[in-house]
Amino acid sequence: MPIEVNGKTFETDEEGYLANINEWEPGVAEVMSKEDDLELTDEHWDIINYLREYYEEYQIAPAVRVLTKAVGKKFGKDKGNSKYLYGLFPYGPAKQACRYAGLPKPTGCV
Amino acid sequence: MSETIKNFLYLNRKAPYGTIYAWESLEVVLIGAAFDQDVSLAFVDDGVFQLTKSQNTSAVGMKNFSPTYAALGDYEVKKIFVEKESLEERGLSLDDLQHLTWEDEDEDWAEKDSIHLVNRAEMAAIMDDADVVFSF
Repeated sequence: MPIEVNGKTFETDEEGYLANINEWEPGVAEVMSKEDDLELTDEHWDIINYLREYYEEYQIAPAVRVLTKAVGKKFGKDKGNSKYLYGLFPYGPAKQACRYAGLPKPTGCV
Repeated sequence: MSETIKNFLYLNRKAPYGTIYAWESLEVVLIGAAFDQDVSLAFVDDGVFQLTKSQNTSAVGMKNFSPTYAALGDYEVKKIFVEKESLEERGLSLDDLQHLTWEDEDEDWAEKDSIHLVNRAEMAAIMDDADVVFSF
């Protein structure tokens, strides 16, 4: 189902992931999170921006285990665990945060 | 749950873009890496081209997935064996390949090389030692 962001239409796949990663803008994450009744904080944006950087560099979305380790290294050991990430993204850091970031579903994510 | 850790070897023999094998192999490796097994990758024959630097796929209209090999270290894939003879037969050397590393958490994230050059006899022994060989 396509989503509307600031008057622009973005195509998505059947699971709600953005069809074209290059079209992404921050408003996409805002609109998607609103649909999930989630308010995005700086902590959410840290993860979303990190995912976009990771994709830019490696051309894949990281697996949860890889993301967890990387977050611990970048943002502090207290944040490098799945409890912290699921606290921010209740539907799962990979599935929900990657979707907000405009990334495809992570490889191996079931 | 069985505690047995098996030694999986992913054997890559084909050039990266003429077929889907190289990308399929890489995807299986990334998925399989979640299962805490002992994973090694081997590159022989035209498979060595998969690891070359500065790939440009704009003319063939396929996604350049070569940057993804650099993520293997994050997935705890630390053993990448490249056959020396296959490189030489194609006029390539280690310098033509990406510099792939992994970070050792126990040594303050020290970067260590993932790629190991081995000769044909050594490669045969590596295949022989593996519990499971996936050939792509």
